[in-house]
Amino acid sequence: MEVFWIKAIIVLVIFGLSLVVAMYSTWAERKVAGYMQDRPGPNRAGWGGLLQPLADAGKMFFKEDFIPLQANKWLFIAGPCLAMLTALMSSSVVPFGDTIKIGEHEIQVQGIEVNIGILWVFGVVSLGVYGVMVGGWASNNKFSLLGAIRAASQNISYELAMGLSLIAIIMLTGSLSVRDIVLSQHGAAWNLFYQPLGFIIFLVCAFAECNRTPFDLPECEAELVGGYHTEYSSMKLGFYLFAEYINMFVSSCVISALYFGGFNYPFMDKVAEALGSDATGHNIATAIGFGVFFAKALFFVFFFMWVRWTLPRFRYDQLMNLGWKNLIPLAILNVITTGIGILLDIRWFSWVAMIAIVIIAVAQSAMKPKSARGILEAAPSR
Amino acid sequence: MSEEVSNITPREPGNVMGPQVGNLALKNGVPTVSEDGRELTTLNLGPTHPATHGIFQNILQMDGEKIVSGTPTIGYIHRAFEKIAERRPLYQITTLTDRMNYCSSPINNMGWHMTVEKLLGIEVPKRAQYIRVIMMELARIADHLICNSILGVDSGAFTGFLYVMQKREEIYEIYEEMCGARLTTNMGRFGGMERDLSNEAIRKTREFIRTFPAVMQEFEKMLNRNRIFIDRTVGVGPVSQEMALQYGFTGPNLRAAGIDYDMRVMSPYSSYEDFDFDIPVGYTGDTYDRYMVRNGEIWESFKIVQQALENLPEGPFHADAPEFYLPPKQEVYRNMEALIYHFKIVMGEIPIPVGEVYHSVEGGNGELGFHLISDGGRSPYRLKMRRPCYIFYQAYPEMCKGVTLSDAIIILSSMNVIAGELDA
Repeated sequence: MEVFWIKAIIVLVIFGLSLVVAMYSTWAERKVAGYMQDRPGPNRAGWGGLLQPLADAGKMFFKEDFIPLQANKWLFIAGPCLAMLTALMSSSVVPFGDTIKIGEHEIQVQGIEVNIGILWVFGVVSLGVYGVMVGGWASNNKFSLLGAIRAASQNISYELAMGLSLIAIIMLTGSLSVRDIVLSQHGAAWNLFYQPLGFIIFLVCAFAECNRTPFDLPECEAELVGGYHTEYSSMKLGFYLFAEYINMFVSSCVISALYFGGFNYPFMDKVAEALGSDATGHNIATAIGFGVFFAKALFFVFFFMWVRWTLPRFRYDQLMNLGWKNLIPLAILNVITTGIGILLDIRWFSWVAMIAIVIIAVAQSAMKPKSARGILEAAPSR
Repeated sequence: MSEEVSNITPREPGNVMGPQVGNLALKNGVPTVSEDGRELTTLNLGPTHPATHGIFQNILQMDGEKIVSGTPTIGYIHRAFEKIAERRPLYQITTLTDRMNYCSSPINNMGWHMTVEKLLGIEVPKRAQYIRVIMMELARIADHLICNSILGVDSGAFTGFLYVMQKREEIYEIYEEMCGARLTTNMGRFGGMERDLSNEAIRKTREFIRTFPAVMQEFEKMLNRNRIFIDRTVGVGPVSQEMALQYGFTGPNLRAAGIDYDMRVMSPYSSYEDFDFDIPVGYTGDTYDRYMVRNGEIWESFKIVQQALENLPEGPFHADAPEFYLPPKQEVYRNMEALIYHFKIVMGEIPIPVGEVYHSVEGGNGELGFHLISDGGRSPYRLKMRRPCYIFYQAYPEMCKGVTLSDAIIILSSMNVIAGELDA
């Protein structure tokens, strides 16, 4: 019974943390954008604008909750609910930390440990597109529908490459459990160092799955007004936006767990030794690991924002080309080289693929003219 | 083929079916079915769409993401400037020209002033001409900065927009020094400028010259060689030289197609022959070329501003044209003649000499012409404004045929169609 309560508290803390992080991601996004664009960002509500998310939430609740006359009412309501539900479900298998010792119990800092954890994440994230599709279709608006179609095809295409890049990790680890994958990267033996190509593919696909720039086609304002949430207002819109930020945080967590060692950090054994092996020392070591995990995850949240305010977005067909013609073959190549590496018992063997690709890319760009068109150099003067 | 067509285009009673062109069934000249028989979607792009940057509508027939045909509707902000001008004394028409291309209103003002000066035969002093050149080139920089950075925004890169927006703000502050206004400037008077280039304005212009290149280079670094941006723009919406000439393109959109036609060089006005500058031209007239030509023109305008400020001649800043140039206020209160001229000018009771002139300047978007016919009354008999946007926009349906929705948006923003100038 004691275990149940401790677990319940951990679940609640993780749930609350992902909500708070998502909430402050909206603030951080605007601050990051502000610093990048040479302007202050939100700075009126609270110190440094820290109360801005609360003010926004308050505003969202007091807006008119409008349902278009021609919309399918129930699906229109179900859309944001689905998006929010799936976003919140996906964080449950992420191992935020090692174990904590209370009395004779040793409890994992994780919502739920399942031995197919990574499949759970994938399944739930795939379900997430239903929220967008249902909402976009039910709005009975052509811009929404276009946004929903874009979201659906984009998520399906990029999930393939994402799954393939994961297969290489599963081959290395021999387990589908996220905790096992994290534990296998003990110390500084992070998967990043054995799976560079897989990491890049996974990162690109994570951007596409989260609908972030440069893959924010489902909601790009310039083309589709608001994309799939054109017709949404009030907290329904808030749910969509919020779900997007939760997805971003969960993606960052998954990236740091799969490729950056999760709660592992260099010299963690020495730190654990210094703290002693009794319950208190172990719990402190876990807390440090928890902090390390969060630092990694938040760095990736920042990375998402950094890219968003730097790059333009793809066109729809270019996005599909990148997914199907570039990322999937690369992911297959990565799986093959990893397999060869396992066969030869060389863990870093997929660097071969990475280096080969870098050489090809450099050679290609060296053969191209320096300027995109040499337009000004060749322009005749008057 | 004809059997297929009859299968896929059931005639609805009461619908007027137009002629069938190829495999496309037309309804009022607009296809309703795609080439392989799928029903097309009608999408209203505008009148209030975030990417149109103004009010005009495009009714698109879409096959999925692809645009099969587009029908533009203009006139949402038509304010009948040409008709209003027939009722107004000349100096009141300046405020109408502000509201055409509001991204570069000083150029419109100066173009109108020069037209009237041509009719009246007023010789403008050199200093006034140089001040006009400075203001016009600053306006061109502002106009092109907006166009190019909005192209970035429409393709998803927002940050560059805010970088250059600060520099446009500085240009607007220079306007403020010159005329007190920022957007609708109403700058200058017939015969010269309303006020001299003040020390503060010179200081601000020098400050702008000092700080601008770094910001512009940063902006270019963000987009010029950005792989995604190049993929989005190269080969999108190309305009061949023939097509550009047939539609009557001028300005950066024509020069992007490779024709070095520039009013500043072809028929120099306001001492443009004194300055050393190049005309950037493109190769294929696609969106990337239009972007690069505008970037190049920003640098050339920057050169002109530098030269004009360095070689600014001394002398009066307006011509001696008492019938059309408002006398200073001290004179009005002390001098009988000045009071009479002041009264007559403000009331618009000065008859214009009979005549017909056409004058055109290189506006932000191309050849901005004013065709003024006077029958000797207090206001023009007829004023025709050649507005370049009105001419570009006619090519838009042809340019956006067969491209995706995303491309159509950036073609529109790279052409710099400004609703105020389009509708006038």
